[in-house]
Amino acid sequence: MKFKLNSLCAAAVMATAAAAASAQVSDGVIKIGVMNDMSGLYADVSGPGAVVAAKMAVEDFGAAAKGMKVEIVSADHQNKPDVGSTLARQWYDVDKVDAIFDVPTSSVALAINQITKDKGKAFINSGAATSDLTGKACSPNTVHWTYDTWMLANGTGTAIVKTGGDTWFFLTADYAFGHALERDTESAVTKNGGKVLGKVRHPFPGQDFSSFLLQAQASKAKVVALANAGGDTINSIKQAAEFGITKGGQNLAGMLMFITDVHSLGLNTAQGLIFTTTFYWDLNDQTRAWSKRFTAASGGKFPTMVQAGVYASVLHYLKAVEAAKTDDGAKVVAKMKELPTDDPLFGKGSIRADGRKLHPAYLVEVKKPAESKGPYDYLKVRATIPADQAFRPLDQGDCPLVKK
Amino acid sequence: MTEIFGIPTQALFGQLLIGLINGSFYALLSLGLAVIFGLLNIINFAHGAQYMMGAFVAYLLLNKLGIGYWWALLLAPVIVGASGVVIERLMLSKLYKLDHLYGLLLTFGLALIIQGLFRNEYGSSGQPYAIPQQLVGGQNLGFMFLPNYRGWIIAISVVVCLATWFVIERTKLGSYLRAATENPQLVQAFGINVPRMITLTYGFGVALAALAGVMAAPVYQVSPQMGADLIIVVFAVVVIGGMGSIMGAIVTGFGLGLIEGLTKVFYPEASSTVIFVIMAIVLLLKPAGLFGTEK
Repeated sequence: MKFKLNSLCAAAVMATAAAAASAQVSDGVIKIGVMNDMSGLYADVSGPGAVVAAKMAVEDFGAAAKGMKVEIVSADHQNKPDVGSTLARQWYDVDKVDAIFDVPTSSVALAINQITKDKGKAFINSGAATSDLTGKACSPNTVHWTYDTWMLANGTGTAIVKTGGDTWFFLTADYAFGHALERDTESAVTKNGGKVLGKVRHPFPGQDFSSFLLQAQASKAKVVALANAGGDTINSIKQAAEFGITKGGQNLAGMLMFITDVHSLGLNTAQGLIFTTTFYWDLNDQTRAWSKRFTAASGGKFPTMVQAGVYASVLHYLKAVEAAKTDDGAKVVAKMKELPTDDPLFGKGSIRADGRKLHPAYLVEVKKPAESKGPYDYLKVRATIPADQAFRPLDQGDCPLVKK
Repeated sequence: MTEIFGIPTQALFGQLLIGLINGSFYALLSLGLAVIFGLLNIINFAHGAQYMMGAFVAYLLLNKLGIGYWWALLLAPVIVGASGVVIERLMLSKLYKLDHLYGLLLTFGLALIIQGLFRNEYGSSGQPYAIPQQLVGGQNLGFMFLPNYRGWIIAISVVVCLATWFVIERTKLGSYLRAATENPQLVQAFGINVPRMITLTYGFGVALAALAGVMAAPVYQVSPQMGADLIIVVFAVVVIGGMGSIMGAIVTGFGLGLIEGLTKVFYPEASSTVIFVIMAIVLLLKPAGLFGTEK
């Protein structure tokens, strides 16, 4: 009798084990969803280029040779949280997507962060900036890869205050990202002894910034900080030049700039701007080689840090799926945190308990037209901020996952 | 310093002037829309795309052919206007007998296609276009620094708006046009080629959009969605002014620019919605718009 019971148990255990084995990778396919702005103001920053990057990662990982079937789908969230949420639900519930990547626009990213947690999937963000993704809103299903508002504020804000720019005026995009960037920059400025004289919040996306620039001019602040991104930043900088802001002795600080913004402004207008980035195509041989492949695959466009982040994060995600032998969201993310990261673009790094990916950040300056020697030869690195200083300390983010 | 609601009067003057500059764009764009709607009964949703094409033609003229701003100011409206003529002949002319809705859908579809093509070719972050040498710099007006180029925008916009109004409302050509929209058969009976007149009118409306595009190129980024961002506001302007009313479009364009400018000072967060709030109120009180007549 005892023997019979034992064998029954064993059979049950074996049955569950078999079920578990076949459910390792749901439907036998690892389905990756790249969701971003395919047509609006962030389309050059992430957009179709991020899909190209994801495909390169799947290729470089050698998924086919390892017998893993990986599929990539992509969609346009139009920078609207409601559109993004609907897409995410459909992907998870109907299309059996296992993980969503990229998602610029913080308001959309925060919405998908929550949905992913509810559905037990994985969310690896590259495009969004808000540091709340690894702070108040952190989730066991989310990794925030490329950059965040705290990192930008800390890198650029601290550098500018230390070189004498101690009074600030903010031009802030009026949504989650702008608010977070303004908050984090303000705290970096005041921490270093600077003062914030005023701020104005503009509708997102904006077109004409002259009214806000006049208010910035009237504030007499030494630094006019642009807590916006993409087309908004480009227009702000262009119009600031027109209204003589920089000639009047005030300095502009683009708190979030991408190489595409510099390209769009032209070096004549953009020269001398300082900003923080985590990736530049011309950092080393590896980044140059990868960027060359990327450029060939995307019609001559050079990669942004967001696209680089999508590549690196897909690569690491697939490694984690391979190691964890499952595509269950929470388990893969746990494995991603456990494994050290290593890729040609961000080098060796790690992912912290709160989901923050750690790597160095670079304080860069836009070159003068005479210094630029080829296409997209736009930036020079002024300082490297080591990985352990580039991002917000673990205990300051109020992330519930972190035990104090 | 004197203050109004906590804002120094000097700063307020500056903001009003800025509002006027933005109003110039609204006026110029809504003028084209009003001309097209008033005379052709077509709701031209491609207007924003045609404005964008104007800017891109200026950009391409400069970068491919080395033709600068001043010639672009003339050439871009002609080129884009000609494309409008083609669209009218090939497509729109087939729709006059049908409901407004068909023209709206056709032009909306065209707008999406045109924007998509440009985005595919040039990406979304925009191309640089410099302010012409002659207009670089600015004047210190005491209460604000007025870039020369912005002053130029106001001037040219006022001139073009008034000239258009004059031609349509006060000349013989304008009276033919207006008569042709009232009763095309009768006007044709007088020996006037009505279809050609309609075609040229559409071309002219489109050229106005392209002119606004060229003027916008140096201040905004030349990007495929620059028109899409603006067109909704411009439609609101036309609705407030009264669909098809030329003077209505001009006055409301400048007026709403001012109101928007003030909102940017007192409550910037609402500056993108204030025009639509006004639109809702106007539609409730005067459904035909401020200057419109109910048919």
